[in-house]
Amino acid sequence: MSDTRHRPELAEENLSTAPSEERADTVSLPALGVVGWIRWFWRQLTSMRVALILLFLLSLAAVPGSLIPQNNVDDTKVRAFMERHETLGPLYDKLQLFDVYSSVWFSAIYILLFVSLVGCILPRTWQFTGQLRSRPPGAPKRLTRLPAYATWRTTATPDEAREAALRMLRKRRFRAHVAGDAVAAEKGYLREAGNLLFHVALIVMLLAFASGQLYRSEGGKLVVEGEGHGFANTLTQYDDFRSGSLFGVEDLEPFSFELKKFTGTYEPSGPQRGTPRTFEADITYAEGDGPEKKAVVRVNEPLKVGDSKVYLISHGYAPVITVRDARGKVVLSEPVPLLPIDANVTSTGVVKVMDGYRNKDGKKEQLGFPAFFVPTFAGKGQGQMFSEFPGLVFPALNLSAYHGDLRVDSGVPQNVYQLDTSKMKPYKDGSGDIFKKTLLPGETMTLPDGQGSITFEKEIREWAGFQISQQPGNGWALVGSVAAVLGLTGSLFVQRRRVWVRAAAGEDGVTVVELAGLGRSESAKLPEELAVLAAELHDVAPSAPETEPEPDPDQAVPAEGAKQ
Amino acid sequence: MTVIAAATNENLAHISNVLVYSAMAVYTLAFLAHITEWVLGSRSKVGRTAAALTPAAQEKVTARSAVPAVQVRTEGGATAVLDRPKVVTRSAAGARDVPDGPGAAGGDEQGDLYGRIAVSLTTLAFLLAAGAVVARALSVQRAPWGNMFEFSLTFSTVAVGTYLGFLFARKNIRWLGLPLVTTVLLDLGVATTWLYTESDQLVPALDSYWLWIHVSTAIFCGAVFYIGAVATVLYLFKDRYEAKAARGEKAGAFMRSVMERLPSAASFDKLAYRVNAAVFPLWTFTIIAGAIWAGDAWGRYWNWDPKEVWSFITWVAYACYLHARATVGWKGRKAAYLALAAFGCWLFNYYGVNIFVNGLHSYAGVE
Ligand code: HEM
Repeated sequence: MSDTRHRPELAEENLSTAPSEERADTVSLPALGVVGWIRWFWRQLTSMRVALILLFLLSLAAVPGSLIPQNNVDDTKVRAFMERHETLGPLYDKLQLFDVYSSVWFSAIYILLFVSLVGCILPRTWQFTGQLRSRPPGAPKRLTRLPAYATWRTTATPDEAREAALRMLRKRRFRAHVAGDAVAAEKGYLREAGNLLFHVALIVMLLAFASGQLYRSEGGKLVVEGEGHGFANTLTQYDDFRSGSLFGVEDLEPFSFELKKFTGTYEPSGPQRGTPRTFEADITYAEGDGPEKKAVVRVNEPLKVGDSKVYLISHGYAPVITVRDARGKVVLSEPVPLLPIDANVTSTGVVKVMDGYRNKDGKKEQLGFPAFFVPTFAGKGQGQMFSEFPGLVFPALNLSAYHGDLRVDSGVPQNVYQLDTSKMKPYKDGSGDIFKKTLLPGETMTLPDGQGSITFEKEIREWAGFQISQQPGNGWALVGSVAAVLGLTGSLFVQRRRVWVRAAAGEDGVTVVELAGLGRSESAKLPEELAVLAAELHDVAPSAPETEPEPDPDQAVPAEGAKQ
Repeated sequence: MTVIAAATNENLAHISNVLVYSAMAVYTLAFLAHITEWVLGSRSKVGRTAAALTPAAQEKVTARSAVPAVQVRTEGGATAVLDRPKVVTRSAAGARDVPDGPGAAGGDEQGDLYGRIAVSLTTLAFLLAAGAVVARALSVQRAPWGNMFEFSLTFSTVAVGTYLGFLFARKNIRWLGLPLVTTVLLDLGVATTWLYTESDQLVPALDSYWLWIHVSTAIFCGAVFYIGAVATVLYLFKDRYEAKAARGEKAGAFMRSVMERLPSAASFDKLAYRVNAAVFPLWTFTIIAGAIWAGDAWGRYWNWDPKEVWSFITWVAYACYLHARATVGWKGRKAAYLALAAFGCWLFNYYGVNIFVNGLHSYAGVE
């Protein structure tokens, strides 16, 4: 037996794979030389203390992003903030405080953390496989010093007692072997395995998250109810489109859909009157050239097509408008989607007549009608024209009229919901004000001088805004997170512990059995488990009849006393 | 038909409110009973003389004997109780070996009686509050966690339920009674005055079965984290007190009287760690469930919305705490401060974010 085995602290060796640590006050600076420094730096980076500090920094660094508006969450708020704070705004912008989670400093922290993580996992895995292959360390000389201890004198021989202990421990799925006069056993490797699994799962989750960001695509499309207003998943069909830096157009899933009907219901009365209750979009869709299928998309229930998901994210009204020119010819007859500006779906937009219109003199012109729509009108003379309720109870449409050049061909990208009046003239009423009228369904507004008319038809359709996203790596993120939870559970609930059973002849020739246990941390379970083991072993190796006074288990330790 | 349904719903909501107020009244009685328990306990021997912690007593207790109720069977099948092997336990080197105090009553019989009354009242109040949660759920016909009022009500109820569960499992946790009942009263007071929202259904975005999973685990984690935080605070007090006593300094009479009756710092620390570590995986799961729900509702599973950010911060803070426990030089008090900071993050996520920060999770129902 080597000398070192007698020191009880060695019994704790390798009970964990946590990196061994130097205390802050004993961190030794390396001897000169680049390699020395690199090695020193690496050892620091992969120590528990630095992992702790980096974790702490990460949580600290995440805070400003929740208090300052973020570009990726709401860029209109960012712009408003910039306007309100003339000095602070640009400073924040420089510090990337509007893009915290993609900022250099935030990235630096988590990249360091993950380098540290990899640098920590590799040696720990190595060490752990080593532990799995080697056997539990032999018994320390003085078992009485261990956290839990039991002893008795038995009629069985030392060999019999050891044999019985070995059998018993193995039956309880300890890894056990006889070393010298004692059985050494260990259990709870799952703790270490779980811990490593958890840390590896963190890496998987990070990679999945990163790939999701890089290959992601996301776009919006406003679709009006009815035939001929559908959507096909190609780049040109999107109203707006964003994608990660590694995304390619050919990655778009081929499918198309049409909105058959949108249903929105709202709380009709009470203090929460107007609060939305259901949003439902009945659609038909087809994958590639496949057959047409029916589906319902709800707020929490996207349509899944291959890798893509179609979410219902907004809705609004599209009154059907008919415009006739000076000769009475219909030049436009279609639902015109308008954008909501408040929770009661007060909406604005523009009816644009691009071509086909001829004025009284037979000249081609373009028309633009800024529109203001309320699904529930408060009634004439009720001050401002804002909607009272989001449902269609008393719809009204307010229109004014412009003619001239819409400048849609000017090459400047145009917002379809806004009117560029730089090349247009308003129609005026008799008193010289802008010509303006509020219509109820079925009513027609005739333009001055017989320049034509615009009709607010009785039919009012709804539209739904869809978001079509594709984010590969979701599966991996899910696998990673499930593995993380499993690993954590193993790591936090499994106790890793060692048990030694020594059986040797005492001075009077009677066998003395000693049991001792050691856990990674002080635990109430360990003595309990040891008591069960002792009781079971006692069945096989019963106490010897009392001839002499029982040997004192440990001179320094009175066995009776305090609490349990 | 809908009118009748609306009327029953209003009735149920009314019943729920009555139950909440009744629960608050009974909690108040439990609070008074706990106070009486502490007051009566102060005349007990421990309360008066603080006998347990004198250095002389301390020296004797370097090791403790654990004699678990293990029955040793003899040949005949009868159980022999004679010379069953005893298990001796010994604390790690350097650890202070202070026994747990006897509890608020300090062994005083009348004090103990009041303590029991307090627990019974707490149980009654818990049942009333649980009834309120159920009535509320029935009245709105959904999970009763649609706004902060409902959230607060469920939160305190679950915290008390967890405490009663510990008591039922015969854990040494009655010391939690007074602080818990006090905070529950505060929580319900705030809920019924400032956070109150008429019973109503959810906006469609909140209407998903992930609500049940995500929010119920979030509430449960919060309640258990809260118990961990109380244990941590008491650990910090008791630890300072024990350190003083070990140096031979004497604390004031009131301090001694209270501290001597509480469990040891080591017990508080152990409980706090166990409780925090045990719910940490569940908290992890809560965040994942939230991410899955967000993926269904908003098209992205992680959007750095303020609520998500603070869940993440809370998670990282608890991860910090768990790391600190395994790091030399960070165990003990420093780790305890981290645990409190982590709970502070949880609280901020619950109150602060709902009230001060606007995000997609704007379900607070307070304008
Ligand atoms: C992304 C950052 C990290 C997170 C979120 C994280 C999280 C955690 C959590 C929650 C635990 C508790 C589970 C347990 O006790 O078994 C833990 C334990 C542990 N972590 Fe990490 N960790 C991270 C990085 C690291 C790094 C970089 C190291 C290496 C220096 C490391 C080494 C350890 C060790 C050794 C344990 C076990 C402690 C013990 O068993 O008591 N972790 N980690």
